[in-house]
Amino acid sequence: MPRAFDEMNGYGGEVREPYLTVDRWLQSQQVEDLRRKSCEAESLFRRTGITFAVYGDGAATERLIPFDIIPRILSASEWRRLAAGIEQRVRALNAFIYDIYHRQEIIRAGRIPEDLIVQNAAFLPEMMCVEPARGVYAHVIGIDIVRTSENEFFVLEDNTRTPSGVSYMLENREAMMHMFPELFARNRVAAIEDYPDNLRLTLESMAPAGLDDEPTVAVLTPGIHNSAYFEHSFLADQMGVDLVEGQDLVVTDGALQMKTTRGLKRVDVLYRRVDDAFIDPLTFRRDSMLGVPGMFDVYRAGRLTLVNAPGAGIADDKSVYTYMPEIIEFYTGRAPILKNVPTYVCRKPDDLAYVLEHLSELVVKQVHGSGGYGMLVGPTATRDEIDMFRMLVKARPDRYIAQPTLALSTCPTLVEKGIAERHLDLRPFVLVGDRVRLTPGGLTRVALRDGSLVVNSSQGGGTKDTWVLQD
Amino acid sequence: MLGRTANDLFWMSRYIERAENIARLLEVGYRIALLPREGHGQDEEWQSTLRSAGCEERYLEKYGAYESADVVNFMLFDADNPSSVYSCLAAARRNARAQRIALTREMWESLNGAWIEFSAKNPAKLKSNELPPLFDWVKDRSALFRGALLNTILRNDTFYISQLGTFLERADNTARILDVKYYVLLPHNELVGGEIDSVQWAAILRSVSAHRSYRWVYKDSYKPWRIADYLILNRQMPRSLRSCYEEIVSALDELSLFYGTARTAKANRCQELARETMQLLAMGEMTAIFQSGLHEFLLDFIARNNRLASEISTAYHFTDDAAPC
Repeated sequence: MPRAFDEMNGYGGEVREPYLTVDRWLQSQQVEDLRRKSCEAESLFRRTGITFAVYGDGAATERLIPFDIIPRILSASEWRRLAAGIEQRVRALNAFIYDIYHRQEIIRAGRIPEDLIVQNAAFLPEMMCVEPARGVYAHVIGIDIVRTSENEFFVLEDNTRTPSGVSYMLENREAMMHMFPELFARNRVAAIEDYPDNLRLTLESMAPAGLDDEPTVAVLTPGIHNSAYFEHSFLADQMGVDLVEGQDLVVTDGALQMKTTRGLKRVDVLYRRVDDAFIDPLTFRRDSMLGVPGMFDVYRAGRLTLVNAPGAGIADDKSVYTYMPEIIEFYTGRAPILKNVPTYVCRKPDDLAYVLEHLSELVVKQVHGSGGYGMLVGPTATRDEIDMFRMLVKARPDRYIAQPTLALSTCPTLVEKGIAERHLDLRPFVLVGDRVRLTPGGLTRVALRDGSLVVNSSQGGGTKDTWVLQD
Repeated sequence: MLGRTANDLFWMSRYIERAENIARLLEVGYRIALLPREGHGQDEEWQSTLRSAGCEERYLEKYGAYESADVVNFMLFDADNPSSVYSCLAAARRNARAQRIALTREMWESLNGAWIEFSAKNPAKLKSNELPPLFDWVKDRSALFRGALLNTILRNDTFYISQLGTFLERADNTARILDVKYYVLLPHNELVGGEIDSVQWAAILRSVSAHRSYRWVYKDSYKPWRIADYLILNRQMPRSLRSCYEEIVSALDELSLFYGTARTAKANRCQELARETMQLLAMGEMTAIFQSGLHEFLLDFIARNNRLASEISTAYHFTDDAAPC
């Protein structure tokens, strides 16, 4: 694999411009002091309860995501380019979903195959011809971006279902400002703290038409055992709205209502962090205990806004992803500003043959997977793992895609043996409502193991504060 | 506020209060265990400690005999004992975690911090001289949490419902401490009372942290009827039944004011019930209570207190289904 680009040191030459003050500061610190600060941050996080649950790990149900105190920094001009690309992308994504659930022009035009959509588990036929408020389906989006050189950024994934991590972005900044105020005095770091306000404004702007009073917004969580429960309660708290579970909601008189100490209260906008399949046992999975019977009918009748809309996941399907360049051109009339990672779709025979030949060089992912589970990173995999994936891919090629192993950029990170380079990605968070609201930066995830390219928190990844410098 | 939120807040407050009371009961039991005694006594003391905490049966099932170390372990750390300090803190934290958004950061951090610290303790490694500081630690944490709550929480339904949880639990605890030991407070005991009784009287006062303040209020040595008066009818004493009901009545009134026009028959009924009990305490006289039976009086009070708790949970939809009010 080629040498990775380092965000601070480039290819080993001079320290890059955005990192100059942080580099000088790092030089002046003892590793022990940094480590002490790092422990301080950890106890801060533990006390505030910023934890997540790890699936398949019976004993430790609450864990901290490791936090690295060395920030990841983007210059104003780098960010401007990313921001333009992200905005273009989320507009195209929403136009695409609208089209898919209406006239399907893009299929008629022969730009993407029909079976890719209608055979897709993420496509909800129940959503055909439903009119969501302002025609928006994906209101809260996280775009996963990786960098491979000074000027090359790739979009790895578009998360249009229920992207998580925004609470870590906000709390990381809180911790950094608390511990290293001197760094913020020396750098003009764009503020991110208005995210909860922007989220509330976005949600309120999506209220069903014709309300005669202020819309009531609530956050729906699967409950305390969900891995992202902290985030759900954090966002509800920061917005000043109720955090509800399915058991707190009921459909009566054609409206969604929550059970309060004063009886029932109508809910107009529900930011639901429950997957499509579980939102309404009458329409979707009948065994769901997390949803509300009849809620989907209220939604279809236009008396409730669900955020994100059911069926929005069709746009973050990994096999649809491969068509994103076409999708962006089709709906915006322009070439994509941000590139896709070249992707081999195993359902195509030619691609499949190539993938099976080159497993040891590729990253193989499940089309419907997430969280870094069930994926193969060829260059670091054992022979057994590769053989197992060969079997899996051969058996169900339609379930897999593969991408070249990208040399993800690195950033100096505090690890056991001192400061070392570790690979990272970036997940900016963007809100689509009456307008597009983008928070500068996002969540930087860092693979803490030497050489590892898997940044997912469920796979031992950590996070960093992400700075966008202002001119 | 969601009905479920109200339910969790109510129980969070109850469990914190309970943890504190358990610690205080243990402190007293432990102290008496250190005093030189003749003949019986120690078993009886631990028995009444366990009985006041409502976990005597469960203890006997598990251990069969009263041993200081077993009782202390059972009441502090045993996860099988729903009233142990461990279980109370775990439950309070579980309720709080489910309702993070109803808690201020200060409240959550004090409770979460207490839980992290307590659950990391290893009972097997605890030396006996570390126990009294541990009892104090539990009381301190409870005080810290109450302080955070009183100083930071909005004066809305969140606050009033937490108050109801705290004071219903406190009233229940004080009444049970009294009931378990009511016989040492009966008037005839004063005649036969010797040193043992005065130790018992002091123990009762200590278990509600009132052994010093008693002297300020009564300017007298410990007298059983005064102790009963202090813990039942005296409104200066912050753990007396009377004080608890002052707080309960006030929280219910405030809650109903806060909800304004949404008053319901069931909410009114709660206020009436609380007022009725309050009247009993405000108008009550110890002589009359002793005459008609202290034990009966306390049993009746505990039943009333429980009834009120359940009426509140119905009136404010803590758990019920979609019945519109």
